[in-house]
Amino acid sequence: MTMLLSLLTIVTDNWWDIRDLSNVSGAVLDIIDDLGGPAWLIYIVSALLGTLAIISFIGGVAIINIWVERRVVGRMQSRLGPNRLGPFGLLQPIADAIKLMQKEVLQPKSAPGLIFTLAPIMFTIPGIAMMAVLPWGRNMSLANVDVGILYILGLSSLGALAVFMAGYSSNNKYALFGSMRVIAMLVSYEIPIVLSLLGIVLFTGTMNPQGIVLFQEHYWSLMILLQPLAFIIYFFSVSAELNRTPADIAEAESEIVGGYHTEYSGMKFGLFYAAELINAVAVSAIISTLFLGGWWAYKLDEIVPGWMIYIGKIYTVYFVFVWTRGTLPRFRIDQLLAFAWKWLTPMALLNIVMVSAEVTIWEESGLSAGIVLPIYMVINTAAAGAIIYAFVRFLAPKFERFPTQLRFYSNIDVPSLPAVAAPPDRAKVSV
Amino acid sequence: MIADNGIVIAFYVLAITTGICALMVAMVRELIQAVVFLALTFVGIAGIYIVLSADFVAVAQVLIYAGAVAVLMTFAVMLTPAADRKNSETAFQLPAAILAGLLFAVVVFVIYDTNWRISGREAFPATAASLGEAFLKPFVVPFEIASVLLLTAMVGAIVLTKEEEDEGADA
Amino acid sequence: MRAPMPDLLLTLALHLEEVLVLGAGLFALGLYLALSKRNAVGVLMGVELMLNAVNVTLLAFSRFVVSPRPLDGQVFAVFVITVAAAEAAVALALAVAVYKHRETVNIDELDMLRW
Repeated sequence: MTMLLSLLTIVTDNWWDIRDLSNVSGAVLDIIDDLGGPAWLIYIVSALLGTLAIISFIGGVAIINIWVERRVVGRMQSRLGPNRLGPFGLLQPIADAIKLMQKEVLQPKSAPGLIFTLAPIMFTIPGIAMMAVLPWGRNMSLANVDVGILYILGLSSLGALAVFMAGYSSNNKYALFGSMRVIAMLVSYEIPIVLSLLGIVLFTGTMNPQGIVLFQEHYWSLMILLQPLAFIIYFFSVSAELNRTPADIAEAESEIVGGYHTEYSGMKFGLFYAAELINAVAVSAIISTLFLGGWWAYKLDEIVPGWMIYIGKIYTVYFVFVWTRGTLPRFRIDQLLAFAWKWLTPMALLNIVMVSAEVTIWEESGLSAGIVLPIYMVINTAAAGAIIYAFVRFLAPKFERFPTQLRFYSNIDVPSLPAVAAPPDRAKVSV
Repeated sequence: MIADNGIVIAFYVLAITTGICALMVAMVRELIQAVVFLALTFVGIAGIYIVLSADFVAVAQVLIYAGAVAVLMTFAVMLTPAADRKNSETAFQLPAAILAGLLFAVVVFVIYDTNWRISGREAFPATAASLGEAFLKPFVVPFEIASVLLLTAMVGAIVLTKEEEDEGADA
Repeated sequence: MRAPMPDLLLTLALHLEEVLVLGAGLFALGLYLALSKRNAVGVLMGVELMLNAVNVTLLAFSRFVVSPRPLDGQVFAVFVITVAAAEAAVALALAVAVYKHRETVNIDELDMLRW
């Protein structure tokens, strides 16, 4: 088991050295050791300490992010957002939580109770459990798992089952629609996600998140610069998986009431709401680990504690998620699925071909990383731009500013319009 | 033999949980609940794989069984709306139970009767890299055949469940 | 990593036999499910459980038993998982296809091939 969970090891004996929080837990473990505690107690205590740290971070983030999200989106939409309760409305999430706890938890009479109750719990767990394998500093990773990326992928696929359980057990057609949409979407977007992460695994030669951070530190280069295309694909795919507004067809209020959580109320609904925020933070953490260097930031991590840099990166990525949510309109389901299959999957395949060629060239030529990596950065950025341009040029639906054909009535036998001279008069073709 | 207390305790906790979940698959009266318990069983078995120091297989288990197969089964339950949703038994219940019990007894007897050649091996170091080597060097032909099999299964499943076009036009 | 301290409490040990018994139990349960369930999806669950039990056994042998290439057990387990996934997809598609014709997936009502 030591192989799987390399525990929080001790760096120095100075517990007050907050540059590495593992010093604190190391001090606690030292005390147990001095008192003659057995090995398994140290093992359990160190595991508990790490778990406690992650759960309290997640819990705090879920409370704070309600406020952050509402304020930021409000700002983007020229609104104020919650600003009454406490300074800047900071106490609003707590009031919301109290309200949700007081509410009666209604349950449809025909719902199978066990599954109905289990679904929000199963939906929340993967987001929290994902954080376990991510490194917070050089010695701060709760579980240094060698197959960390696969673990993350496996957990994110568990969410599909939870959503399906929620939708199915609600015994409500809107809930079932919502969960069917989620499944269709998750199944489609799983492929570009896996393929884009495969590019990183190929390049770094490890599936360990800490190993990927160390690779970026060793070669002094961020993964986002080396593989911009993979980053773009991953970012779009996970924002679809997160069910947030550009892609929140699963709970589109204007179409299917509330989607899979239509029938949920009280704290069960609260869990769904919190899980959405937790998943967003977990995904931001994954992106900042794999693409943005995690706790490492060139020379900065010698001055600032690594975990602070990491939280800063997480919130930067999270802000981009909120940004897309606040500014983009919702996709239709067919657009979303076509985007996964026609755009992201071919792009990801091209990316993999490119990356494996580069890895082979690097290994065979024996050139030093200092020469190869900058060249790769330039080539890959150019290639990403070229591929995206090519896709937009040849695959995007043509935007007709002045349609010459009547649309939406193609099934009816409409007499063809008289040929109009360019530029056509819009009033003539209005339906 | 693994002599690490933590691992042994973890094994027994996981084994008991998995066993109870697997029993519940047989006991619960709703088919959809049985699927959920089966998913929990799969996750528990993944934990047992970790105890046996097979981390890659464990994660693959969670990814494929709990993530994909369980969802497929829920789909199959949902796409057969007029069918019986009860997790009931046929008339073969008693013979099946007796047969399974006898098989279990025989296998347990054989397990304890055999003289296994136990090695004092340590836990494997990280297996992902060496498994990858194994797949692409000695086992490359089965690996390729497995991918062809998956493709065939995918095409077959699509063809089996595809709606016939002219039927759709009639209805 | 600190050196492990001598443990004063009793030391437990896990042997090959216990893991094999677990595998056998899961296999027997899977067999019971596959033989006794009325719904085709239930039968499939039994089959999947049996395949998982076999995997537990394979990994136990790979971990405990003397072998020149111990990792081959894990390779085999991955192949079993692959084949099981393919089998699940086809079997569930079959169940849905049968349902379209007969409005049922209960295996004791699907007796058209009976003499």
